[in-house]
Amino acid sequence: MAQPNDRPGPPPGPAFSLGSLWYDEAVRGVIIQILVLAGVFATVAWMVANVVANYAILDKTFGFDFLWLPANYDINQTLIEYTNRDTHLRAAVVGLINTGLVAFLGIILATVLGFLVGIFRLSENWLVSRLAYCYVEFTRNTPVLLLILLWHGIFINTLPHPRQAMTVGGATFLTNRGFYVPKPVFESGFEWVALTLAAAIVGAVLVHRHVRRVREATGRQLPGGWISAALIVGLPGLAFAAVGASLSFDVPELRGFNFRGGLYLTPELVALTWALAFYTSGFIAENVRAGILAVDKGQIEASQALGLPRGRVLRLVILPQSLRVIVPPLTSQYLDLTKNSSLAIAIGYVDLVGTLGGITLNQTGREIECMMLVLLVYLAISLSISVFMNWYNRHVRLVER
Amino acid sequence: MSVPATATPTYPPGQHPDLPPPPGTAGVIGWLRANLFSSVFNTALTLVSVWLIYEFVTAAIDWFVLDAVWEAGSRVDCRKQGDGACWAVIAIRLDQFVYGFYPADQRWRPVLTFVLLFPALAPVLFDRTPYRSQLLWFSLAYPALGAWLIYGGLGLPVVDTDAYGGFLLTMILGVTGIVASLPLGILLALGRQSRLLAIRVLCVTFIEVVRGVPLITLLFIASTMLNYFLPPGTSFDLLIRVLIMVTLFAAAYLAEAVRGGLQALSRGQYEAADSLGLSYWKKTWLITLPQALKIAIPGMVNVFIGLYKDSTLVVIIGLLDPLGVARAVLADAKWNGLSNETYLFIALFFFLSCFAMSRYSLWLEGRLSVDDR
Repeated sequence: MAQPNDRPGPPPGPAFSLGSLWYDEAVRGVIIQILVLAGVFATVAWMVANVVANYAILDKTFGFDFLWLPANYDINQTLIEYTNRDTHLRAAVVGLINTGLVAFLGIILATVLGFLVGIFRLSENWLVSRLAYCYVEFTRNTPVLLLILLWHGIFINTLPHPRQAMTVGGATFLTNRGFYVPKPVFESGFEWVALTLAAAIVGAVLVHRHVRRVREATGRQLPGGWISAALIVGLPGLAFAAVGASLSFDVPELRGFNFRGGLYLTPELVALTWALAFYTSGFIAENVRAGILAVDKGQIEASQALGLPRGRVLRLVILPQSLRVIVPPLTSQYLDLTKNSSLAIAIGYVDLVGTLGGITLNQTGREIECMMLVLLVYLAISLSISVFMNWYNRHVRLVER
Repeated sequence: MSVPATATPTYPPGQHPDLPPPPGTAGVIGWLRANLFSSVFNTALTLVSVWLIYEFVTAAIDWFVLDAVWEAGSRVDCRKQGDGACWAVIAIRLDQFVYGFYPADQRWRPVLTFVLLFPALAPVLFDRTPYRSQLLWFSLAYPALGAWLIYGGLGLPVVDTDAYGGFLLTMILGVTGIVASLPLGILLALGRQSRLLAIRVLCVTFIEVVRGVPLITLLFIASTMLNYFLPPGTSFDLLIRVLIMVTLFAAAYLAEAVRGGLQALSRGQYEAADSLGLSYWKKTWLITLPQALKIAIPGMVNVFIGLYKDSTLVVIIGLLDPLGVARAVLADAKWNGLSNETYLFIALFFFLSCFAMSRYSLWLEGRLSVDDR
């Protein structure tokens, strides 16, 4: 990049003309920027003027006061309390929580599936790696909206009626009206179990630190993993036994034409979560594969030459190095999954786009305000994830001399 | 190489003929051993996979072919004939799946446009196409020619855009989006690397905002509120509005792919061009961009595949793409509930075209890395 100060100034010409300014790089840069900015501002001003003119003709006003008006519509899945007399704002929050729920479940499922398939893809077994390849190619080369509709269709058209429900272990039922799973019921005393679990996790972290300090000081490897496992399983187990079994399950039962009790998952929630996870897992599998292949073969051979057992080679050498490659694309996959969850509207799962960008927009006619809010929410999610990603990248960056 | 069994022949040192490999290490058996049965765990994996494949393939063949019904008047009729797939629903609505509501007597026009796509694409995709330089002129003229053939005017009867549908609409969205987003994406990538602060900030803002929101919200904007931003009374075609949004969306993603290429280029290339005294545009056009695009090709093809797949979202704002046709078919009381058949049929179409694109990108990557040596 040329520094304006490094260059000799314009030669002392006999005549100064306005045209010669154009040939001075610094001056030209300023001129171009002023022109571009002027153009952008003019366009924006023109668009705002058009909006004002259009609003005047339609006799509409701009403002966000509609958010405090009653919404007057029902939402079929609400994780927080909501009735149709609540405000549009609360309806939007319900939608946002529904978006978050699908994104959260989908991300967990997609990560598990993606890592499994990615590892299968690298299997020494030819058949297994080919099967994983077929899975990856099918998921990656099919539109996600199509997959959502296909799985939704399968869940509502192919699964049986509640009376002939498919069952898993007699407690979970798959029907064309949704899934019914046992619902955990926490009774008094369970908070002690939760507390001891938290304490056990803190203890395990401390144990891990101590083991590491001892190893670094003396080279002795204490059985830290076993101690931590015993802590995490044992302490809450003891607490559970001490306060008397404080957890029971509400198992769904068939009564009449449908199930009662248990936790009810709508076919829309199940189809959307599963289809998003199915689609994204193919991409994650490829990221995982690329990340593992990116580890230098010499690293693995060197650790084997040091006599490290297989598990520790994987945990201490391969995984830390491949995660550095895997995590950045993984976060952008998570972001894509969250954005793709907006396709919920195609199967009638009510998310943020369904409430604020859908029913509220149609009821109040506030197109610009509603879409602005929807865009801002998604932008906030995206930007916070990329801030995290940049932080992580700095954190794990290879420090080279 | 028959060796007499009775006497061991003697060879002078270094003259002994090569022995065959030990049994079970070469050929089919050797391959099977190395790849499928190398350990107990591996053998178990193989057996489980074989069982899974057997179950899946036999069930799939039954459903797709053996028990399938190809001709029927309705879903009930289908179920009477067999309990496999009811392909009759596709057969009856095939015209709509392909053309939407494009008038039947004018269908030679999209067909011709589609056929001409191949000679237009060949010189762009394959550098060993015969008569490449002449054909490239045809490629350049193709978008205008295709638009004329499909829309009409100048001697052809006009077909309004709301008649376009099915795979025809997917191709229109895909090809137009790719052609239009390429120059815009390159400009955005260059702008993001620009020395001029205002231009850089504008490009970064545009790219990050577009990449941060779902495409469906942009399509909603196109369908519901774009008219507010135009002078009162103006309104233009929904398909054009959608095309603009799809192009802007793809351009932002494309810009990031191209930026990756520009950044991967060694600094020496920029400095050498500067030291030759080339102007910015000469430097970009002759030195940095060609190399950067070559590096960026895999990423760009991925963006194009994404754009092509995302063209299905237009069904949500009411355009009649294949999913829109499927929705109409499934809403028909006669065919109600045959979602598996219709969606799998559309999935096959998308799978074939996207798979071809990704294979092409792999092939090109191989070609270009050979060139580099």
